Amino acid sequence: MISPAKGLTHLMNILVCLKQILDPELPSRDFRIDAAGRDADRNTAGLVMNIFCANALETALQFREKHGGKITVITFGVPSAEEILRKALALRVDSAVLIRSDLSQRPNPWCIARVLAAAIRKLGDFDLVLTGRESGDWGDGQTGALLAEELGRPCVSLADELKADTVNTALVRIRRQTDQGWEALEASTPLVITVTNNEHNVPRIAKTRDVMQAFRQPLTTWSLAELGVDAQSISEDLACTEVVELAIPIKQTHCEWVTGETLDDRISLLAKRIATVVQSA
Amino acid sequence: MWLAPAAQVENKVIAFRLLPTFYKGSSLTSVVVSCIFGWTGIDRAALGVLGAGQRLSRDLAYKHVGLIVGPASDALIAEATKFSDSIAVADHPLLDSYHSETTLTALTEVCKQLNPKAVLLGNDTYCQELVPRLAHRLGGSAAGDALKLSGRNETVLVTRSVYGGKAQATIKLSRAPAILWVRARAQEPAQQQALTTDLTRLTLTLEPNTKIKLVDRQTEMQGTARLEDARVIVSGGRGLGGSEPFTQLRALAEIMGGQMAASRAACDAGWVPAEWQVGQTGKKVSPQLYLAIAISGASQHIMGIADAKTIAAINLDPDAPIFQHCQFGLVEDYRQVVGPLREKLIELLA
Ligand SMILES: Cc1cc2nc3c(=O)[nH]c(=O)nc-3n(C[C@H](O)[C@H](O)[C@H](O)COP(=O)(O)OP(=O)(O)OC[C@H]3O[C@@H](n4cnc5c(N)ncnc54)[C@H](O)[C@@H]3O)c2cc1C
Repeated sequence: MISPAKGLTHLMNILVCLKQILDPELPSRDFRIDAAGRDADRNTAGLVMNIFCANALETALQFREKHGGKITVITFGVPSAEEILRKALALRVDSAVLIRSDLSQRPNPWCIARVLAAAIRKLGDFDLVLTGRESGDWGDGQTGALLAEELGRPCVSLADELKADTVNTALVRIRRQTDQGWEALEASTPLVITVTNNEHNVPRIAKTRDVMQAFRQPLTTWSLAELGVDAQSISEDLACTEVVELAIPIKQTHCEWVTGETLDDRISLLAKRIATVVQSA
Repeated sequence: MWLAPAAQVENKVIAFRLLPTFYKGSSLTSVVVSCIFGWTGIDRAALGVLGAGQRLSRDLAYKHVGLIVGPASDALIAEATKFSDSIAVADHPLLDSYHSETTLTALTEVCKQLNPKAVLLGNDTYCQELVPRLAHRLGGSAAGDALKLSGRNETVLVTRSVYGGKAQATIKLSRAPAILWVRARAQEPAQQQALTTDLTRLTLTLEPNTKIKLVDRQTEMQGTARLEDARVIVSGGRGLGGSEPFTQLRALAEIMGGQMAASRAACDAGWVPAEWQVGQTGKKVSPQLYLAIAISGASQHIMGIADAKTIAAINLDPDAPIFQHCQFGLVEDYRQVVGPLREKLIELLA
């Protein structure tokens, strides 16, 4: 908990939702599909915090530094997901919650949003709920939006800057990306925000000392049963989307190398090839 | 080619209360709705959405409704009548420009009236944020970035890239309505069909949203054309090492009448605006020529250029994955190449 900046009397209570995913940096040639043919083979690469979740966390950390407040992180996942909570604790968030998934199948965004909403109701109220814009695995880009609906709150998507209002403590100022530029918004809390990357929210790296300490910090762990999420709704959520096929696309393009005796020859040849394409365009 | 003058269209105005009867008259009871927004009009993206709507409704033997949300000029309505079986217009002073919460409320109300089995939107950021929330409000299901759509036994199947383009999934949306955003410019544009005169103006009760206030809206386009419509794109990556080389790339792009783009790494470094980013979470472009300079070609970047006609690259590393997607490539330090290349192209293109 960081005390409020001068002039602000209300401390924002911020929740950041995190997801652990298969490392998206895994090169295409090493990507495999699992035996059931419905998901990636989790053994091909390490597991990491989804980059946009990391951007959301960074946004929250910067907000707390400037305006004070409290940050809780939460994830719904398999036991290994504890790692990303420890990572967040190493960045000095105030508390962390793990909701253990005992589902036999990968939860879709509908299911995740329902579970997160139940946890939020149990945790008490948050002024701001931050999620990443989408995840680097299935990339549905729905969880934040669905969570807003579950909570009955407005939602601002693709935010890349977040500031408190200096006068009205229930307001935040958000810059968000659009197709053709950006928008500046003034939004009332409580609110759900999905965060995208920009030059200002590149995730920081934890100090070694904090990483060590993070391993000893307490963590709240809940099962779905403890959250009281109704199993019937979960199975309905899971049934609304079904992966019927997953395949690795084969794209074979033969690259012709631009060669030549001298650099000048090579550049001339490159220029000719480019000109041909441009002129036919 | 619009034959019925606006006045005639006005005669066909039906209050939404009459809608159920109106649809009973049709042999096609279920509908697929393609959304067109008044603030965008019918551009290439909208034609892609309408095209996908035409094909999906044909697959499912449903009626195809073109829905105009927001300012609906007579010209826009006239244009829209070429691509669907009927037109619905949801216009309201509060929909003169986009507001997330208000537009969402309007769309929800409209969909409750039209009772569609599927609703299609484009892939701009506004559409992307509306889709899941609309699906939630209608008790349906949702999918985004649909490359291919098909309808079978009253359900919609969507094919989309997952894992940053490393795999492609076909997903069945079992709960209707299926609310989708499609990769609009990658869809075959809609074909002209017999002009429809079925026009319904929907009545909306909307209240101004006070929770989210738009303070400023800025565009950071490079000119008048959208990056998605550029014929030639010169794109730079982390290997450029800074913002300054982008000036050289711009000079190169300009002589080809092209635009500039960048990888996420270059955007994240703050060298160029985020709007230039191409890829999974950036623009999906389809130029005749995409020239990637000092870009490694991560799968997430490739997702944005899958529809480029010709891809070429300049990279120091012959093993850079970008070359697997190139028609031709040069292994070289870009600093040795860009300047002289521009000189030679000036001559060749003169
Ligand atoms: C969920 C998710 C979404 C993403 N979305 C996107 C997206 O939309 N768009 C996107 O681009 N990325 C995206 N990424 C990031 C992507 O994975 C890569 O990290 C990124 O594309 C790398 O950018 P780059 O090629 O510029 O940098 P690098 O991979 O670092 O490549 C730099 C290249 O420059 C070359 N080079 C260096 N010096 C020179 C020189 N002097 N001359 C010539 N060549 C040189 C190097 O050989 C290298 O190939 C996403 C990642 C995730 C996880």
